[in-house]
Amino acid sequence: MSVVTDLSPKAAGGGRMTGLRLTASRHRSWSIVLGIAVVGAILPVLAYLPPFSLAQPANAWIDGYTNAGVFVLLALGLNLVVGVAGLLDLGYAAFFAIGAYTYAYVASPFGNSVLGINLVESLGTEVGGLVFWPMLLVGALVAATFGILLGAPTLRLRGDYLAIVTLGFGEIVPIVFLNSDQLTNGTNGIGGLLRPSLPIIGSFSAINPWPYYITMLVLVSFVMIMCYRLVESRLGRAWEAIREDELAAAANGINTVTVKLLAFALGASTAGIAGVFNASKLVTVSPDQFTFIVSFTVLSMVVLGGMGNFWGVAVGAFVIYTINNVLLKTLNQFFDQTGFPILKDIDFIQLQFLLYGLALVAMMLLRPEGLFPNSRRKRELHTAITADEQDSLTTAEGTTEEGQR
Amino acid sequence: MTALPATNDAGRPSVPAGRVVRLLVLLAILGGIAWLAVKNMGAEQATEQLFNALTRGAIYALIALGYTMVYGIIELINFAHGDMFMVGAFVSLTFLGQILGLEGAVTNIPLLIALLAATFLVTMAILALVGVTIERYAYKPLRNAPRLAPLITAIGVSFILQNLVQLVYGPYQTNSPKIFPDTWVIQVGSATVPVLSLFIIGVAVVLMIGLQLFIGRTRLGRAMRSTAADRDAAALMGVNINRTIAITFLIGSALAGAAGVVNGLQYGVARFDDGFQAGLKAFTAAVLGGIGNTVGAALGGFIIGFIEVGATAMGYTRWGPAIVFGVLVIVLVFRPAGLLGQQLGERA
Amino acid sequence: MSDNVLSNPPILVADQVTRRFGGLVAVNKVDFTIPERSIVSLIGPNGAGKTTFFNVLLGVIDPTDGSVEFMDRRMIARPERLAVESLLWVLPALLTGLLAFALAEAGILSGRLLAVVGFLVLLLLIGMLLLAIIRPVWYQTRLARVGIFRSARPNDMVEAGVGRTFQNIRLFKNMTAVENVLAGMHSKLHGNLVSAMFNSRGMRVEEAAAERRADELLTLVGLRGKGNEAARNLPYGDQRRLEIARALASDPKLLLLDEPAAGMNPKETQDLVALISRLRNDLGLTILLIEHDMKLVMGISDRITVLDHGEKIAEGTPEEVRKDPRVIEAYLGAPAA
Repeated sequence: MSVVTDLSPKAAGGGRMTGLRLTASRHRSWSIVLGIAVVGAILPVLAYLPPFSLAQPANAWIDGYTNAGVFVLLALGLNLVVGVAGLLDLGYAAFFAIGAYTYAYVASPFGNSVLGINLVESLGTEVGGLVFWPMLLVGALVAATFGILLGAPTLRLRGDYLAIVTLGFGEIVPIVFLNSDQLTNGTNGIGGLLRPSLPIIGSFSAINPWPYYITMLVLVSFVMIMCYRLVESRLGRAWEAIREDELAAAANGINTVTVKLLAFALGASTAGIAGVFNASKLVTVSPDQFTFIVSFTVLSMVVLGGMGNFWGVAVGAFVIYTINNVLLKTLNQFFDQTGFPILKDIDFIQLQFLLYGLALVAMMLLRPEGLFPNSRRKRELHTAITADEQDSLTTAEGTTEEGQR
Repeated sequence: MTALPATNDAGRPSVPAGRVVRLLVLLAILGGIAWLAVKNMGAEQATEQLFNALTRGAIYALIALGYTMVYGIIELINFAHGDMFMVGAFVSLTFLGQILGLEGAVTNIPLLIALLAATFLVTMAILALVGVTIERYAYKPLRNAPRLAPLITAIGVSFILQNLVQLVYGPYQTNSPKIFPDTWVIQVGSATVPVLSLFIIGVAVVLMIGLQLFIGRTRLGRAMRSTAADRDAAALMGVNINRTIAITFLIGSALAGAAGVVNGLQYGVARFDDGFQAGLKAFTAAVLGGIGNTVGAALGGFIIGFIEVGATAMGYTRWGPAIVFGVLVIVLVFRPAGLLGQQLGERA
Repeated sequence: MSDNVLSNPPILVADQVTRRFGGLVAVNKVDFTIPERSIVSLIGPNGAGKTTFFNVLLGVIDPTDGSVEFMDRRMIARPERLAVESLLWVLPALLTGLLAFALAEAGILSGRLLAVVGFLVLLLLIGMLLLAIIRPVWYQTRLARVGIFRSARPNDMVEAGVGRTFQNIRLFKNMTAVENVLAGMHSKLHGNLVSAMFNSRGMRVEEAAAERRADELLTLVGLRGKGNEAARNLPYGDQRRLEIARALASDPKLLLLDEPAAGMNPKETQDLVALISRLRNDLGLTILLIEHDMKLVMGISDRITVLDHGEKIAEGTPEEVRKDPRVIEAYLGAPAA
């Protein structure tokens, strides 16, 4: 069912980029900022218009956008690890957790007592909230360190094994947080985290969604710019190389150890940033925020959005999150109110993972490169010959398509 | 996507004694644990926990077999396999509970035997069918795709299975009729051992022996072994690869179904997300024993059972999963070939 | 093909290289030197151990015995004093830990400070372990001075100046030709994480220069204008050339070509011969060739070495080797009585 080797240069993405994409590439940072700004301006406007305004109030929408942004950040980071470097990480939520708990230790009374410092009490909410901004960096660094620690044992493992080990780590980290009551307050989690604050504006509040929203826009822009810069650099090429053929990469001078560790570290740092932000918004952290579901959700966002393509992944993340958290809820309400015979009994929110599963399987079978593919990924995934086709090509003598050059 | 070959222990001759030494070490460790257990809990409780561990291990072993066979033949970690176990548990509880309307223990022995046989047959048959269907429509088209695609598909299938079950049975535990009376016990020394445990262990052993015989002595089994060793060569020899792979899935899924049945008999409950954790532990077992090696999977299953029960018995229940995953990580990092596997060399 | 090239000082010296796989001896005490700027070939029947020997030279596998020196620096040999290295990893952390412990016992260190020191110990341990797995060049040199030795890995060999191509083409198939060459240039470029993140001017300048050089290399191997083609879409002959261009990108002094003419027709082989000559004559490279195509080998080599069953059975100029009875026997079997 897939396309056999497509030889036309254009389809293979071999031609030069033209027009908009070329300009965007040349002035990458500015185009990203502009793009995010445009999107960031349109979305709130949409929130005030029907049918969006009918589903929920505008403030709820904006809050929702911000939450979606957390997943966008996660997806961007995981894209570096999975989409670019080709390291299948199934335990990404662990780094999200590490970022969040790092912030909790510095910005909550409980956390402070564990560390033996006295930040929250002595500084109060207004001044203490300023700590959020440097903590973004600290959270990123701590998460990056753990990225290296958890990545190091996996260096010699192949794809599937790597996936399982990272899954194992992804399970172990929340369990550690869950069971270390003394250090992490166990199942109850750590509450009372400081909200961010800024000099003139003061503390962010739970009611006004705008400060968080704008902060998120800035973070997404920053992370995206960094991601593109990394991918278009020597390091990015090294990542693509080890993704393609690790042995050949080493044979061409690439220190696969360093390169892989950097992929883990940088991917984790993004999750760390997202963790700090999320913690400051929810003002609590608890182990059940970081289950495999989260890891898998982010993975599916990367896969569905288009591995390797940052804008695609960002859009994919945003879309999936919105579908999850708004569309399904709205469908529930809609069918409840209108009283459709069978549909009104279905809890769509429960269905979400069923839909995920179906969407993923369908994607892999039909369009494995994702909705907005990176041209390379498209080449890689779409020229696989299916087993069905191979059957017909295997003659009695057993010549297979694989052997041909 | 090839692993860098580990810079080999240059020229250290692979002595067969190495294997024997390893197994001896393993036995020593198990012996040590047994001694500790007896010391801490007393012989009576230790014996009971022993059978507990064997029962647990039997279940994991049955599931692990499916993982190891599928990986051996198409190098895919079938993420959805743990959920096959869960589906098996639900099929058996539906069969016993809703179709046959049973609720509790059945003491009439001939009837019990008939019911057990029927449950196993029905569950295993249905699971076999499900497994083959999934392989045909979700995995087969992706056989030549890069590793990522079938792995993600497998995760997707896992989610689909979990949620279909959740839709029907809800997110809470569902009761599974424990038709095998757990009042039937025998005395081993001063310890009380449920006959059910012995039954489960027995079923597992019988199935495993059956599997070994099948793989070792039948034509289909030989086809499976040759496909696992070298798919293209097997095709050249006239092996029908598609059918062989389908049969592998069939058997693996049926075994997982059997595991689901005995799980229901033993614990009396099932939940839609049982598959995830059980699957991960069973996979650890398969890796521990040596992926692709069916004897290894069985061995690994029992070891994991011991580890888990041991952890619980010593009061570390909450850490149980973490310990098992820790084992997984350690094995994969230091000895990816597992206990009975061979050193993997470079693969083109 | 000049004879005096053979009297150049050696760029690579393999001394008694042996490699065993369990009971099988794949390479048996092979001595092998490559004079600078020469083109030498390694031939032998299938299973003679050529590829294994190659892989040892390149750091892909460790030798069971023997050593390889490249440009007077020992690169490959059996690991030495590994236990000492392991000790080195834990020593700093251990010492600091002991010190902290002693101070704590003495009552000097306690509470917060002790926790910080404990943290430091952890950092030291992790840092040393990271150093151990990343193994930057300076780390290896310092260790070598103390007699701790581990063979170079493939990427270390490349950094030292050895390039290679593969017998079965291993290009980065989904990257374009230019990108492949740029990937090959990895070890010679200096862009790193920080310069990438800040998009520093230095990096941009370097990248631009790198792209120009990549274009030059493509032109050199005859692929001008095909830079933006995906590697998988190139015809076979072009893929072979691209492999060579990629290997050249790391500015090697020694180039190892593994069956570069496999699957080529006579015309393509001729072009290859011309290219290899150019590489030696114009770029001053030294070339080691594994080949089965005898015409190519005889035509271009300054010296040929013949392996059979893991042992060197002959070595000399093409004429000498052609007439050597042992070589004839290895390839054709013993002469009829």
